Amino acid sequence: MAHTASEILEGLAEIVAEETGLPTDAVVAEKSFTDDLDIDSLSMMTIVTHAEDKFGVRIPDDEVKNLTTVGDAVKYIEGAQG
Amino acid sequence: MSTRDVVVTGLGATTPLGGDAPTTWAAALAGESGARTMDNDWSEKYGIPVTFAATIKEDPSEKLSRPETKRMDPSAQYAMIAAREAWQDAGAPEVDGERLGAVVSSGIGGIWTTLDGWDTLRERGARRVLPMTVPMLMPNSAVAYVSLELGAKAGAHALVSACASGAEAIGYGIDMIRAGRADVVVCGGTEATIHPMPIAAFAASRTLSLRNDDPAGASRPYDVDRDGFVIGEGAAVLVLESAEHAAARGARVYARLAGVGLSSDAYHITSPDPDGTGQVSAMRRALDDAGIAGRDVVHINAHATSTKVGDLTETRSIRTVLGEETDHVQLSATKSMTGHLLGGAGALETLFAVKAVHERLAPPTINVANPDPELQVPLVRDEPARLPDGDIAAINNSFGFGGHNVALAITNG
Repeated sequence: MAHTASEILEGLAEIVAEETGLPTDAVVAEKSFTDDLDIDSLSMMTIVTHAEDKFGVRIPDDEVKNLTTVGDAVKYIEGAQG
Repeated sequence: MSTRDVVVTGLGATTPLGGDAPTTWAAALAGESGARTMDNDWSEKYGIPVTFAATIKEDPSEKLSRPETKRMDPSAQYAMIAAREAWQDAGAPEVDGERLGAVVSSGIGGIWTTLDGWDTLRERGARRVLPMTVPMLMPNSAVAYVSLELGAKAGAHALVSACASGAEAIGYGIDMIRAGRADVVVCGGTEATIHPMPIAAFAASRTLSLRNDDPAGASRPYDVDRDGFVIGEGAAVLVLESAEHAAARGARVYARLAGVGLSSDAYHITSPDPDGTGQVSAMRRALDDAGIAGRDVVHINAHATSTKVGDLTETRSIRTVLGEETDHVQLSATKSMTGHLLGGAGALETLFAVKAVHERLAPPTINVANPDPELQVPLVRDEPARLPDGDIAAINNSFGFGGHNVALAITNG
């Protein structure tokens, strides 16, 4: 079932909150994973694994480096849905 | 005291008796049992013959954040809780990271993570295996996290010797300070193996008590009806410090870690050498290292896991070392209350021995309804026993599957 962009953002915020302890409202589209949310590569890979599971998509490893902001990730996931 | 003397300035624990060291110690003095029927269906589902264990009293989520519980195996979670408490108890000493070490052992490591990872792989494929799986399952995970937490740069070590791991960790910490490699070392042991697979494995080795209808009475070292040990889980951590460093900052000293004795049986992969040669050697080495005589020993925290053979061998070894002086010893078998914390046992029992020397109070051995007549030692039963005034010494014994023997000699600070 395809999720809307705002559903994806909400779901991603939950995943990031679980992983980092940040509040969900800190996870907004403009924020950079590394620079603003202080997420290291291991945590990023964990978030990707959970996102693939939650949204039924595949996010190849060489694509992850292009997902600089939360918004980039939402856009990619939205597009990757069947 | 010389600059090479090692003292204990902080204690922390999370165990089947309580979520911190004071609660654990109070429960031990009160003769409580941490063994309980498990609240799960493992017995029906897998045919495991044992339905009880000494499970952790306080859920780690009471003290850790949710992300912390997700990125650490339970064994590392317990170690972190105990280490944080011990560090605060020591007064969070100001020490250069290069002079601070950590030695936290686990006998088995992150087995929950390993087995969960295998389940995930089989059920959902490789892509669902979480990236943190390796850092969580590796046996050095607990000490790595503790060193990260405290900024310990003098070295982070995890010595493994099964049921002696926790004591061996403390022994290594003593060596680090004596060798001048650190001034403060956070040492301890942890274990979290209350999972169906390791329980089935221990049961298969015929070493576990099957007293399912009486969990609190199952761990009964020295009792004639003992039938095996009770698996426990949890962690204990001690802050070790050079006496000079502790004195310079006016730290409260619980006790002195005066001596370490180590040996290996080279006899059998699980059974102790019935001659007790290795155990005797470890105890004698600890006494020599501490510069004390048998007659100075007033208390022993025995390894005593509640197995038929193990309890007997240790008692004979004690008699060999102390001879007639054995009759002046107050011996406690605290696994009667805590169960066997495996990699955590040696650390928790050293904590108990340190508290005993500090408070001059030996904890009881419970469940000794009918003392085994072959086991000739003065046992502290049911009620704590007063230890003498003046200079006193205690020994903590820890013996591991594989023939690892560690004896620690503890004296008043």
